[in-house]
Amino acid sequence: MPAPAPDQARFQPASDQSLLIYFGQQISLNAHERVRKFLRLLELEPIPGVRNLHPAYCSVLVKFDPLKWRHEELEAILKQYLGHLEDVSLPEPRQVEIPVCYGGNHGPDLIDVSAIHGMTAAQVIELHSSTTYVVYFLGFVPGFAYLGELPEALVTPRLATPRRKVPAGSVGIAGNQTGVYPVETPGGWRLLGRTPIEMFRPDQSAFSLLSIGDRVRFIPISPERFAALESA
Amino acid sequence: MSVIQVQSPGLLTTVQDLGREGFGPIGVSPSGAADPISLRLGNRLVGNLEGAAGLEMTLLGGTFLFPEGAVIALTGSDFGATLDGAPLALWTPTEVKPGQTLRAGSTRSGARCYLCVQGGIAVKPFLGSASTHLLSGLGGYQGRALRKGDVLHIGPADTSFRAKSLAPRALERLSPRKVLRVTPGPQSDWFPEPSQQLFYNSTYRVAEEANRMGLRLEGPPVAQRSNGEMITEGVSLGAIQITAGGLPIILFVEQQTTGGYAKIANVISADLHSLGQLRPRDELRFERVDWDTARTLLLEQEQLLTSRDLFVP
Repeated sequence: MPAPAPDQARFQPASDQSLLIYFGQQISLNAHERVRKFLRLLELEPIPGVRNLHPAYCSVLVKFDPLKWRHEELEAILKQYLGHLEDVSLPEPRQVEIPVCYGGNHGPDLIDVSAIHGMTAAQVIELHSSTTYVVYFLGFVPGFAYLGELPEALVTPRLATPRRKVPAGSVGIAGNQTGVYPVETPGGWRLLGRTPIEMFRPDQSAFSLLSIGDRVRFIPISPERFAALESA
Repeated sequence: MSVIQVQSPGLLTTVQDLGREGFGPIGVSPSGAADPISLRLGNRLVGNLEGAAGLEMTLLGGTFLFPEGAVIALTGSDFGATLDGAPLALWTPTEVKPGQTLRAGSTRSGARCYLCVQGGIAVKPFLGSASTHLLSGLGGYQGRALRKGDVLHIGPADTSFRAKSLAPRALERLSPRKVLRVTPGPQSDWFPEPSQQLFYNSTYRVAEEANRMGLRLEGPPVAQRSNGEMITEGVSLGAIQITAGGLPIILFVEQQTTGGYAKIANVISADLHSLGQLRPRDELRFERVDWDTARTLLLEQEQLLTSRDLFVP
């Protein structure tokens, strides 16, 4: 029987030095696991001339040395890797808890989000913090983890006009995703709260608090606790 | 150790090398010189490895005092620089005597001028690179643009250096372009033929907000088919994404690593350095080339950069 894996991926040149591999057409845990296994394989057996990898929900962008590889040559090699995808075993996911102070100055959109869904603020907090999220990937800016999936009742479009500045540590939602801004950036996600802990720690060996595949829970904390943790 | 004293930083001056590759999985883009060819050439003019760290000045240069002197080269755009008041030529090494001051002014050509110093700028590397990543405040000199009063250390120099200049013919062939050659983007087919024609036949203008993360363009909005829903995916350097309003943004060296807009095209590798010399309000166009052409153009560029004809004694 032919190996099914290579046929389930689609290759698409993205630039003269990058190739996109799609593992599916929609966000799913299955596609996510294949992204992780693919990354793991490339980590275990690196391909010379492959310079960078940009994982996402159901795709990986492979950046390569264009003087060493043509798209079709790299594609042929990557297809062999895909044939071994099912042999890769992934480690048990880490469980990470992130303290969040919801509402007030820390979560300026909590009231609006509650109103949109006809809920009380307490119900939104309860829903957001009672779900275990998967770190689908890190992207956008250093240490930004795309967490999914938000409970159906909390799915909210992003702000029509993004904020020019979102403070580091802000916890936001957009569509069926949630995430924490690791550094101050512009941003269009609706902000429910803020964590006092650092998401990106350049002075530590792991750099990012979260890694692809981690499982995350948000733990509600008081403004006093936030202040105490922030100054700790 | 010799130093450079920053007497005035200019508009936006940062420490840059050729960037850090390999950290896409934690969301860190490579950063690095916006015009890497100018940095590479500047380094070679002073006898450094081409990836040594130098200073990248933007639109308006700074004033730098060299208490112990140094061998330097200015490359990239002409910022009308002087050394103790005397005009300083680009693309050639200059010996700065102890106590001399280099003053760079406003640009007379493109967006960026590089100051390369024999020995390189010595900073603590972050993820293997000296490049400043402004958005995250990491790398380079304290993760930020230079300020008045900063003191930069110069690394140990290679003394076997022999002065040479860049051949004018080579320089001409490497000069930045205003017609950017592009290959199709991963969502090219989301843009119907009239949109493609509009995109390739129009002149776009660089918006004021252009920076190292991306160059926002102004011009005719490009319509896309509305049926496609983008799932956030990895994005490449030089990707031309079309925003909700139809205007293009070219992702640049400090780019976001993933994004959710459709990409109509991608600037070819051989023309990426040209992006680093585009100023706000500059006009540009796009020209479509095939994959083989993109590869050949890069190959020719790299051959020129490693050829003996590059320098004249």
